[in-house]
Amino acid sequence: MLDDFFTRAVVAGLGVAVVAGPLGCFIVWRRLAYFGDTLSHAALLGIALALLLDLSIFFAVFAVCVLVSVALLGLRRQQTLSSDALLGLLAHGALAIGLVALSFLTFLRVDLMGFLFGDILAVSANDIAVIYAGGAFVAVLLAVLWRPLFAATVDRDMAAAEGMKPEALDFALMVMLATVIAIAMKIVGALLITALLLIPATAARQLSRGPETMALMAAVLGALSVIAGLQVSLALDTPAGPSIVMAAVGFFLFSMLPITKFLRQQRKG
Amino acid sequence: MQQRSSPQETSAAATLDSPLVTLEGAGLSRNGRWLVRGIDLTVGRGEIVTLIGPNGSGKSTTAKIALGLHRPDEGRAFRRNGLKVGYVPQKLAIDWTLPLTVRRFMTLTKRLPARTVDAAMERVGASGLADFDLRTLSGGEFQRTLLARAIALQPDFLVLDEPVQGVDVAGEAAIYRLIEDIRETLGCGILLISHDLHMVMAAADTVICLNGHVCCRGAPEAVARDPAYHALFADRRGPAVAPYKHKEGGSTGSTHAR
Repeated sequence: MLDDFFTRAVVAGLGVAVVAGPLGCFIVWRRLAYFGDTLSHAALLGIALALLLDLSIFFAVFAVCVLVSVALLGLRRQQTLSSDALLGLLAHGALAIGLVALSFLTFLRVDLMGFLFGDILAVSANDIAVIYAGGAFVAVLLAVLWRPLFAATVDRDMAAAEGMKPEALDFALMVMLATVIAIAMKIVGALLITALLLIPATAARQLSRGPETMALMAAVLGALSVIAGLQVSLALDTPAGPSIVMAAVGFFLFSMLPITKFLRQQRKG
Repeated sequence: MQQRSSPQETSAAATLDSPLVTLEGAGLSRNGRWLVRGIDLTVGRGEIVTLIGPNGSGKSTTAKIALGLHRPDEGRAFRRNGLKVGYVPQKLAIDWTLPLTVRRFMTLTKRLPARTVDAAMERVGASGLADFDLRTLSGGEFQRTLLARAIALQPDFLVLDEPVQGVDVAGEAAIYRLIEDIRETLGCGILLISHDLHMVMAAADTVICLNGHVCCRGAPEAVARDPAYHALFADRRGPAVAPYKHKEGGSTGSTHAR
């Protein structure tokens, strides 16, 4: 079944989209969009390291993302620079260092475009195994931590007072985010990963009245975006990663139509 | 949360009528400034302790020390072991991106059977609201929902930070009656924050008047007569200095609740 490159692309894309959707809801709720962007830019540094030291790209990206998020949480606590300035500094700093490092690797003939925008049509069966292992890890962790993670998102102090551990939950969220970025690198590339997290979640908001529905809808819309995007890419010979993101934007625009509001009110009754 | 299990806390669990929460000379400083200092306070089972004071007097900070959200920089804070806590924060910012119905909000930190949720909603007179989006509620409905959630959790220790915000005067009296009712039926200790002594008179057992430190404390009537209390509110537009009409008799409580 996985012999065909197109089938492999669909299977890989679905594996990422199904976990990116629900996780993306937390990115939207907690206003972490720019944070996700910073991590995915830093992912490029991870790739440079992986190529330089001959490591697995997945683990190098994961490690760099976790390190950058720990650095961010630490620097934020110092309260010297504002959060967004700090994020910009780390995002573009890591991106620049990554690009410079990659330029030294002339002997490797690195396909930079592939890392920036993804190369989903070139995923191997091995990539798929990594995507599903990482995806399963995130899905299980998210399911186990769902209630406390959501409670701490609504009100941090209330969750803490009533026995939850917001700091530990923050860290778990960073680990999940780092994992998703690491597995999504191959699919949509460093520059579009945040889109895969954010856009299905925002589109799902219009169609849901509860957090669980929103997470489920985000997974479904993400999956549909992958299928629709890849079909478009195949038919019109457009780049695959951007086509998937474009399809997701299409679903978002559709969710803004008055008809969805009508549907939502119907379900309420 | 820093659940500290110091030896003192363990011994406190041994006796039933020992306080649920104790602060001993607790102080918290941020950026070299003391937000509160020298706070002594206990809340026992079935007791309502009210913190009053002007804005910025450290009421919420004190409550957060009692909850264990802040570790005191000076003095000590104990909570009884295994204490079940309910917390109604001063404000909740529910963003549009967060779809949240009243029913889902009720089970935010703990899974509860639908029956418990319905019973709690009915208890606060808000049974019709369960399927509404939290953001569509009026001030009074929202405060009732917060109380319903606290009831459903059945805490041993309940902290209410300004529970009558955005509620009209008639609604305020009803909410304070409800708080008393919660104390009666759950038998929990309640730490209540208010800037309005007039309204809490009926409900409170002890009033602590704060302004970075404890200005005065005692039964509500005693605090109302205390010069330190008047000095604190004299030059402010505090509602608490409104002419106090219930002078007849030395009665407690019931005359003030309408």
